[in-house]
Formats: sequence, C-alpha cells, structure tokens
Amino acid sequence: MSHAPEPAVTPELAQEHGLSPAEFQMIQDYLGRMPSWTELGIYSVMWSEHCSYKNSIAQLKTLPRDGGRLLVAAGEENAGLVDIGEGLAVAFKIESHNHPSAVEPYQGAATGVGGIMRDIFTMGARPICSLNSLRFPSLSHESTRWLVDGIVRGIGDYGNCLGIPTVGGEAAFEACYNGNPLVNAMTVGIVKHEHTASATAEGTGNPVFLMGASTGRDGIHGATFASEELSEESEEKRSNVQVGDPFMEKLLLEATLELIGTGDLVGIQDMGAAGITCSCSEMSAKGESGIRIHIEKVPQREPRMSAYEVCLSESQERMLVVMKKGTEASIRRVCEKWDIHCEQIGEVTDTGLFEVYHNGELKSAIPADSLVLGGGAPVYIRESREPAYYRELKTAALDFADVEDPAAELKRLVGHPNIVSRRWIYRQYDHMIGAATTLRPGGDAAVVRVLGSHKSLAVCTDCNSRLVYLDPRAGARAAVAEAARNIACSGARPLAITNCLNFGNPMDPEIYWQFQEAIAGMGEACRAFDTPVTGGNVSFYNESPESAVHPTPVIGMVGLLEHDRPVPSAFRRAGDTIWLLGISRSELGGSLYAEHRLGRLAGAVPDPDLEAEGRLQDFLVEAAEKSLLQSAHDISEGGLAVCLAEACFCDPDTRVGARVTLPGEGRLDARLFAETPGQVLLSADPAHAETLQALAVKHELPLVALGVTGGESLRITDVLDLPLAGLAETWWGSLDHWMDGER
Amino acid sequence: MKAVVLVFPGSNCDRDTEHVLSRVAGCETRLLWHKEAELGEADLVVVPGGFSYGDYLRTGAIARFSPVMQAVERFAAEGGRVLGICNGFQILCEAGLLPGTLMTNRDLRFLCKDVHLRVEHAESPFTGACREGEVLRMPVAHHGGSFFARPETLTALEENRQVLLRYCDGQGRVTDEANPNGSLNNIAGIRNAAGNVMGLMPHPERNAESALGNAQGLKLFESLLQAAGEALPV
Repeated sequence: MSHAPEPAVTPELAQEHGLSPAEFQMIQDYLGRMPSWTELGIYSVMWSEHCSYKNSIAQLKTLPRDGGRLLVAAGEENAGLVDIGEGLAVAFKIESHNHPSAVEPYQGAATGVGGIMRDIFTMGARPICSLNSLRFPSLSHESTRWLVDGIVRGIGDYGNCLGIPTVGGEAAFEACYNGNPLVNAMTVGIVKHEHTASATAEGTGNPVFLMGASTGRDGIHGATFASEELSEESEEKRSNVQVGDPFMEKLLLEATLELIGTGDLVGIQDMGAAGITCSCSEMSAKGESGIRIHIEKVPQREPRMSAYEVCLSESQERMLVVMKKGTEASIRRVCEKWDIHCEQIGEVTDTGLFEVYHNGELKSAIPADSLVLGGGAPVYIRESREPAYYRELKTAALDFADVEDPAAELKRLVGHPNIVSRRWIYRQYDHMIGAATTLRPGGDAAVVRVLGSHKSLAVCTDCNSRLVYLDPRAGARAAVAEAARNIACSGARPLAITNCLNFGNPMDPEIYWQFQEAIAGMGEACRAFDTPVTGGNVSFYNESPESAVHPTPVIGMVGLLEHDRPVPSAFRRAGDTIWLLGISRSELGGSLYAEHRLGRLAGAVPDPDLEAEGRLQDFLVEAAEKSLLQSAHDISEGGLAVCLAEACFCDPDTRVGARVTLPGEGRLDARLFAETPGQVLLSADPAHAETLQALAVKHELPLVALGVTGGESLRITDVLDLPLAGLAETWWGSLDHWMDGER
Repeated sequence: MKAVVLVFPGSNCDRDTEHVLSRVAGCETRLLWHKEAELGEADLVVVPGGFSYGDYLRTGAIARFSPVMQAVERFAAEGGRVLGICNGFQILCEAGLLPGTLMTNRDLRFLCKDVHLRVEHAESPFTGACREGEVLRMPVAHHGGSFFARPETLTALEENRQVLLRYCDGQGRVTDEANPNGSLNNIAGIRNAAGNVMGLMPHPERNAESALGNAQGLKLFESLLQAAGEALPV
C-alpha cells in the first residue's frame, strides 16, 4: 500500500485549514512541537466553530442549564435528559444541517435527521417523535421549489424509513434566506433512568469498537464547511455533504438499544461532525483517559484512505463503543443479529492522548483534552456593536391609515405563505407511526403519548425570526414565550427547551451583538418559566453573497401532559362560548399586516410580559386538567382575526363558524391584526363559563367572552362576515398550489 | 387467540401492532425475528408495516426470502390466518401469497393521512365484525401503495369477492378523488382465493384506540377474534 507523501505543515497550510495564526501557535504550544499533517487536520475540525463552539460558548454559559426536572445538564452528554416520573426520562435535542442542505437539499436534510436521531439513541433513549424547523427563500425565488421539494423529501424519507413519526415543526419563507435555507431537526426520545448510556471512555485496556457503516471519504471537513459562509465555491463542496442510509440507521438504532440493555457497555457516542476524531477525543476527555486507534482496522469503503482521511471522514450511521474487557462477544452477537459491521479499532489507555496509528506508524498523539470544548479549545468573546438599523426600525413610525377593507385584508393574510396550512409538507412525513400521536401536526403543539405509562409529551418548535431581527432580545423572549404558550395550549406543562441558534458571521460585530442580545432574552424567558436549556446547537456563518439571514434562534420545547385529554386548536362544535384569554395590547410592530402596509419590516416588537405568560400557562394547564376547554389556539402571526379564522377550519374534518364581537377600542387594524404575545383564543361549553371566569380571577388574567361558535361563516360584528368555504380553501390549498401547480 | 408478529430488518410497525394485539385486543402476542425457521404455536401471523431491507430493491422483494417466510407459506397453505399491513401486504404479494402488486403512488410522493374505506364483504374472518358497506376510517402512510394487477387477475379478484376494502369518501362512494394512490378499482385490501390471507395498505393498528381517533381499526382485530371464537376484552 502506498500513500502520497504528506504535505509539510506550514503556517499557510494551517490557514487553509481555517486556523488563525494564534490558534496555530496554541497547537504548537500544546504539543511542544510542530503538528503532523494528520494532527493539523484533527485540530482544524475539532477547533472549527461547529465542534468547539469557540465563538458561542461564552454566551451559552449564561443560559439556565439546570433546575427544573433536569437529570443531565446541557453539554454533559449528547443531549439533555429530563425526568418525567414513573422512572422515565425524556432526551431531546435540535440540530442544524443548513449548509449541506443548501447545496444538496435531499441528502443534507436526510443526514440532518439521521444525526439528531443518533444523538438521542446513543443515550439509550428510543426516539418517539421528531420535529423540524425550516426556513426557505421567498416563494418567488428561483431555488425555492427545488429546496422545499428536496428538503421535505429528505426529512420524510429518512424519518419514515426509520419509523419515527415527524409530528410537528414550522416552515417560513423570507427573502433573507435566499441562498441560505435553514434546516433544523429535532428528536425526542424516552429512556428508563437505569438504561441511560454515557459518552465516556474509561478503564485502561477496555476495547474500543466501531459499529455500523464503513468509512469512506464522504463528508471530510464537513464541520469546517459548516463553519464558513456560503459562496459560489460552495457548489464545489458537494462532496463535503454526507450521504444517508436510513435502513442502516434503523439497524444501528435497534442494535444500540439492545447493546445498552446488556449492561456490558462502558460508553457510546455517535459519529457526527468530525467523525472518529470527535468521538474519540470527547469520550476520552470525559473519561479522563486516552484512546489509541489503528487506522487499518477501521472498515473502509474506499481504497488507500490515509489516516488523515479516516480521522476526518463524516460517513454516516457509525457509532464508537467502549466495551468492558471480556465482553467482546456481547457486541459481536448483537451486531451479527442485526447484520452490521463491528470491529475493534483500538483500546482505552491512561495516557490522556488521542493516538492514531496506521500500520504501526504513529500519525497523531494529541492530548485529548486540548481538542475539546471545555478543555483546550479556544474561547472567544467577539467585538459587539449595536447595528444602526436597530434604532431606526424600532422607532419607525407606523404611519399608515386604519384598514379600509378588513375582509380583503383577512383574506390576504389567510393566504400568506407564512400562515397557510403546511399540509403539503407534513403529509409526506409519517406522523402517525408509533400509534401514539394524539394531537397531529397542524395545530399549536403536537402531542405524543408515552406507551406503557399514563403520560404524554407535547412538542413544538418556534421562532418568529422577523421579531428577532427587529429586536433580538425581545424577539428571543417572544420565541420562548410562544413555544411555551403552544405547549400549554395543548394542556401540557412546559418542561425544558433545546435551542438551535442560526446566525450570520460572528466576526461581524453587529451579528455578534444580535447573538448576545438573543441569548440574553432567551435566558430571561427560560428563567421566568423554569424551562432550562438542555442543549442544542449553534450554526454561525448563515450568509449568502447577498446578506446574513435574520437571526433565527429556534426553540424546541417539550411539555408534559399527565392525562390523555390534549386540547386541540380548532373549534369542535357549534354552541360553544368563544373566549379571549390574556392581556390585549394593540401593538402592530413587526406584524405581517404592518409590513404589508408599510412596504417593509419595521416597528417596535411587542415585548412579552413573562410573568403574565407564566400565569397564562398555569391557567391553560389547570383548565385542561379539569376538562373545561374544547379548544385553545394562541394568537401569533396575523393576529386575532387569523387566529379566529384558523380555529374555524384548521381541523381537516370539522368546520365550525363563529359569531364574535371585537373587544377593546381604537384602531380597527390593531384590534384585528396585532400579533400581541400572551393571548389565547379558547372555546368552551357555556356551562363552564363561571368556572373559567373564576380560574381567570385566580390567575389574575383578563378573560373576555367574544361570542359563540356556529354557522357557515366567520362573522365579526360590524366588521366582516366571510363564508368559511373560500377562506378554508385558500388556507388548506395554497401550498399545494405553489408546489404542484394545477393538478 | 395466539398471534405472531414478524420482524424483518427495517420493520417499524412491529411494536405498534404488538401493542394493539396484546394490550387492546388481549391476544397472547409474540414478536418473531425473521431468521427463525419455525412459527411456533400461532392462530394468526401478522406481517407488519415498515421498510424491510430499506425498500432499496422493490418493496418486500428481499424479505420474502427470509427463513421465516417459508414457515409462513406452510402456515397459510394449511389454512392459518395471515394479515399483511402496508409493507406486510407488499411482502405477501412478493411471496405470491396474494395476487397483484403495489406500485409507487400516483403522485410519486409519500402520503400520510386518514382515508375512508368501504367494507365490501363482511363474511371473511378479517371483516366479520363489520357490516357490508360500512365505512371505516384509518390512516395510510406509504410511498408505494398503488394496487395493480393484470386485467384477468383483477376480474378474478372481483368475481371471487376477494376485494375486502375499497377507498371511498366519507359517505361510502367509491370515487377517483377518494383514491389516495391510484390503486386499480380503488382497492385498499384483498384476501386470497382461499380466504385465509389478507393484505391491506391502511394501518388498522393506528386507529384501534379512542385516544387516536374513532377506534374503527380495531374492527379488523375484533373480526379475527370472533373468527377464532373469542371476543374483545371488556
């Protein structure tokens, strides 16, 4: 076997690897010598933004990362772990796969799903559902259909084959995502406390196994690719995108859970970004041990791979497993049953080093601790500067006249790309497998029961990035508040969040300011609701040649329902009383309506009252427990008018009209279309009126009766009376029409 | 009733089906790995949904060669009851236990939604608890569920009253609009000529409990219990 001679390591080569001169010096200081070619590659991926969080970790540490019912805090394992009682815990996490999806939508999205699934089952948890959060270019952009089609098929094909229901998510279309779509995937799993596995390597002499797919040249420097801006050259980096094999992942899922069940395992970690390198260095750093591997023992799918390539490969569907010495037969038996590879590729040492040998030749000997986040990886606090646009947009006058034709405006909003039904998308996801989905996609939150217990989980993803752009702090508070409100609408108690922080280039002081402010707002809201951050993912460099994306800190939230009566979003029958719960504020800043009227996105963002939001959640949880509600739907994009319309027809089978009178006074447009946080539209049997009013008094919240359900139209006294049929057709069918045209 | 649920590499509705059979229908239920050559004691074999072998070849084309399928063929030949759901239906067609084949959906996309089904015949062990003409609601979730058979096979299926379920609208009308995948004659579920093997694309196990909908999927399992001289647990 012959290999091309390795390039000499120079400062220029280090720079090509994305390492700054100072970082290159740090490496030489850690090693006390010049790194080898392989070592340079290893440092470059481990110190990339994607693996090291070097530009974000200082801010992330300000978030509440314990408390609540957390069993494993953020950053300690592959995903956070939250106790839900009965000896069960929920593991969940969200992760981005933006750059791969931009250049190769189908595989990029598919492998994003695969990666987050592995993060969950590597902890011993069986995935029970997944969600996503997608951002696409504006509808009129030439790439939009291609992206939507590929990304949705990629997510669907992977999750469907794996057999995990995709039950919820969000999708939005905005020009700021032209050239840089966002694909964030979230998975939720359940594990018995005693069956959790850890990502650690301990016990000198214990064997280290590679389990799953063989290793190829795919995805080399994927982590580095994710840590730079997209450009015309990105198209040439298609080979940096991994290729997914969901069938292999299914086998790996079953084998992993079976193996963890044997009790013969010391630690396990999936291979995602930076492949073998990341798993080995993180597991040995956590176990305060070392790992020695032998490249020639790694099953390879391509000939003549170098140590550099094997260490950096991001081939999918692989796990690194440390077994107790003497139990090698156990892993071999499980892998034989499931027809997957497993090879011992090395062993645990007490040297503290990540050592790589290739046919007996030492290629790398790096202190594992120097590679990882929390160890020797660099940490930066970047320059921060408030952008000029912030004050200008915040104080921009919303100086348009009141709405003249509210019916026309409502029709327009009901057909807005960011409001219409996402049925075209979620129909391609198997959202019912598992026989557990009790609230399906399309409402505020989805609800999945935990089989074998009396509990259910409510799940959602949320972020209105328009608000975060206008005011990162208030916008991030609003994102957490909306997620919690959606969870509570179903009747569930919010438990914890995971976050996916999609931002531009952190070296730009204005971007870093957005990041700092958003983290601050998120932390405030999470502390107010006692919903700690269990972990997540940072994705910087979301920029295309045109601009940076809106700062998009997506919140993935999980809530707990202790009964099996989740509350849906839609009205269910005629004759129920319609209520508006929460404090009304007629603030139009940042709303879809105001953007249309002004011709640009502007205005002061309505900052949520976190204390009142907490009481709102308490009200909703208690009302659901007492079976007082027929429906609950939160007010968000499009305001009260759109919320009412959706409640009339967002159930695929039931259409129920409404006769209401608008509360409050003043400008009509603000009362109809303001996206005021902290408000929920309820419907309930008239017999419960007094009980509900008493509950509102108890939780110190306004509760106003708006009217009654029934009829074939949405009638707002003295304002509009629109037949449901036309509105519903627009809302349900617009995305079908945009994606497939006339059928 | 003793039920066996087969597990192939890539099966993914096995646990759901096992849950409904054991917890809801009250059957003694075993999961059986595809490498097993014997079924053991069984009154019913269920081939569950999923993506056996990833569906990388034709759906069901590899699973039919698993050791357990020979045992299933013997079991069926002796009159044992076999139910194939979704990918299980595809596997039974590939194995020749049911006529016809399932092709890619008409609009070429994976489709997950509730559909309505009209019960065509109620005198089978799979539909005995239903009324003829009754409309049932169940989810479908598949990419390749378009039933196809040669004209003479199709004619024979209809003449022998082997079509048990047809896609229809909420009022029981068999229309092209109600056909989710382009299946010939709106066929959603069929039985073999002997009447002891059934395959269907919809998922009765996903609507067998009131928490998940109207529980009409349970009628299929109830029918099988009745045919075995048993009843649903109270």
